[in-house]
Amino acid sequence: MSGMETSGKPMDTSAIGGCAPDAAICARGIVRDFESGQTTIRVLHGIDTDIKPGEMTYVVGESGSGKTTLISIMCGILWPTEGEVKVFGTDIYSLSDTELVNFRLNNIGFIFQQYNLIPSIDAAANAAVPLIAQGMDIHEAREKAKVLLEKLNIADQADKLPSQLSGGQQQRVAIARALVHEPRLVVCDEPTAALDANSGRRVMDLLREVAVAEDRACIIVTHDNRIFDLADRILVLEDGEVTHDGTEMPDDH
Amino acid sequence: MLWIAIRMLTGDAQKFYGLLFGIAFSTLLITQQLTIFVNLIERGASGVYNAPEAEIWVMDPVSRTTDVNYAMPSTALDEVRSVPGVEWAVPHLRAAASVRTSAGDLEGVAIIGVDDATLIGLPERLLEGDKSILSRPDSVIIDDGGVVNLFENGEEPIGQRLELNDQRAVIRGIADSIPSFTSQVTLYTKYSQALNFVPGTRNRLTFVLAGVSEGLSAEDVAARIEQQTGLKAETRQEFADAGVSFIVENTGIPTNFGITVVLGFVVGVAIVGLTFSLFIRDNIKQFGALKAIGVTNAKIVSMVGAQAALVGTVGYALGVIGTVVFIYAFSGNPFFKGFYIPWQIPLISLVSVIIILAMTGFIALRSVLNTEPAAVFR
Ligand SMILES: Nc1ncnc2c1ncn2[C@@H]1O[C@H](COP(=O)(O)OP(=O)(O)OP(=O)(O)O)[C@@H](O)[C@H]1O
Ligand SMILES: [Mg+2]
Repeated sequence: MSGMETSGKPMDTSAIGGCAPDAAICARGIVRDFESGQTTIRVLHGIDTDIKPGEMTYVVGESGSGKTTLISIMCGILWPTEGEVKVFGTDIYSLSDTELVNFRLNNIGFIFQQYNLIPSIDAAANAAVPLIAQGMDIHEAREKAKVLLEKLNIADQADKLPSQLSGGQQQRVAIARALVHEPRLVVCDEPTAALDANSGRRVMDLLREVAVAEDRACIIVTHDNRIFDLADRILVLEDGEVTHDGTEMPDDH
Repeated sequence: MLWIAIRMLTGDAQKFYGLLFGIAFSTLLITQQLTIFVNLIERGASGVYNAPEAEIWVMDPVSRTTDVNYAMPSTALDEVRSVPGVEWAVPHLRAAASVRTSAGDLEGVAIIGVDDATLIGLPERLLEGDKSILSRPDSVIIDDGGVVNLFENGEEPIGQRLELNDQRAVIRGIADSIPSFTSQVTLYTKYSQALNFVPGTRNRLTFVLAGVSEGLSAEDVAARIEQQTGLKAETRQEFADAGVSFIVENTGIPTNFGITVVLGFVVGVAIVGLTFSLFIRDNIKQFGALKAIGVTNAKIVSMVGAQAALVGTVGYALGVIGTVVFIYAFSGNPFFKGFYIPWQIPLISLVSVIIILAMTGFIALRSVLNTEPAAVFR
């Protein structure tokens, strides 16, 4: 156990490698291996990092460097081979399967590159999925989702099916879905990859507006250098190791 | 989430209808074929059902059914009458004959001779004419199925003259009877008259039909008859069952219908299995996203279960309705006369549908459950 906790307020041990008490995510010693035939490939080589609330953190790096693997582990959908992840203080991989699923449902919002909207239900219902999964009445959930669609400037598309929307509109529905249940952590993998420069930027501006708050964190994996300037913090991954951690991109990139 | 599951399914119209079709088709095939099968083999007992008054059928020990019989000496009638517990006993003759129609065709017919005095052995109801007309010379009553076979052009059968084994016969009534297994034309007449139509052989008493004294069981009296006369005696139910068993054992019908029913099942599994798997595969990303967002495997199972239940209920209902419509549509055809759907058959097809959906649903579900939520980021 890395976080030394005394009774009462957790002690700030970040200076000696422990977790900051207010960290959104505290990852320690993350190793992940993949079996590939007979051989085992180590994709992440012991990553330690903290994600702070109130910040938009970018994870960048070359294809195959382990970005997706890292954020998957940080948001509770992929078990690390070694290491520990705390999300807002909860050691997520010590939870039971069902507890972890419910933890994700209540605390994490996801934005996928391919949107993965359900084609046969309309935009409002798609955006309302996490609320419906939490057990909220469909009508009520849709109304809540519509408020968010309004914020994302697509309220007029609420009754349309995903196939009737443009890529940028679909991505905004996906953003609404990621935020509708007010999660404290939002995780996005290549959210703008399928969008043209303008829509990509607009989508990221909106995301920044609604997803970043004092007690919330947002992690974005991206290749897209057009939006680097929107980051509060940039982590660069190279071959499974963090080689840069700062507010700007390193000069050699 | 079940609402979402149902929308996912119905939103993919092509696959939804494919699944419905598969289930409905299987249900229809299984229900319809089993119905025809059961009704058809029950025709093996039609001879028994058409003589409702007989409580016991007495026959030569080698006789097996109403149609597979060997005649007894005429003394058998008195022997049966002398058995204690036999309330009444009457002669009954069944024989084959050929008839030349007015159109000049030759047709094989079954002659049934019923007791002159009591007319026991006739079907309960006549559609046309009155039972008393049998006392007029040369009278016969034809069965309703036989009318269709013998008078294909729709001539009025009443009053028609037939040449029956070179004897004159006149149709004076139409019986409301259950067709025989072979749908052969049947002519009812008095026993004494039947003897004229079927000349020749020495023994012409095919059956003795008997009634049981009040308070006695047919089984006991039948056993007593066998013991005392050395003849074979069966209760109405036993003899009906024997007729059905004979069909089952001596025709390829069970195999043929069995094959069709199995085919219905296999086709159902194939169509539903393929479509269901395709549907799940098309939606695997969505299911993965739901899993990542925070839907438990148990909820995913109930979602796929709801999808299967919807398809199953609607498809099954369509299949059963299809069968009913089919039977109803053909109810005018004498081959389908009296067809009914025993309650066990819809139950059997329901169980088949459940098995089909459980099997295919399980296979389709496995891929969803095995999907790692992390796959959605790939
Ligand atoms: N399920 C898996 N099985 C085997 N190997 C995997 C698996 N997932 C990822 N890998 C391997 O791990 C390495 C890192 O993959 P990852 O998806 O994290 O890279 P990435 O930085 O997100 O790349 P990209 O920018 O192309 O998305 C790659 O070499 C990949 O082949
Ligand atoms: Mg990736």
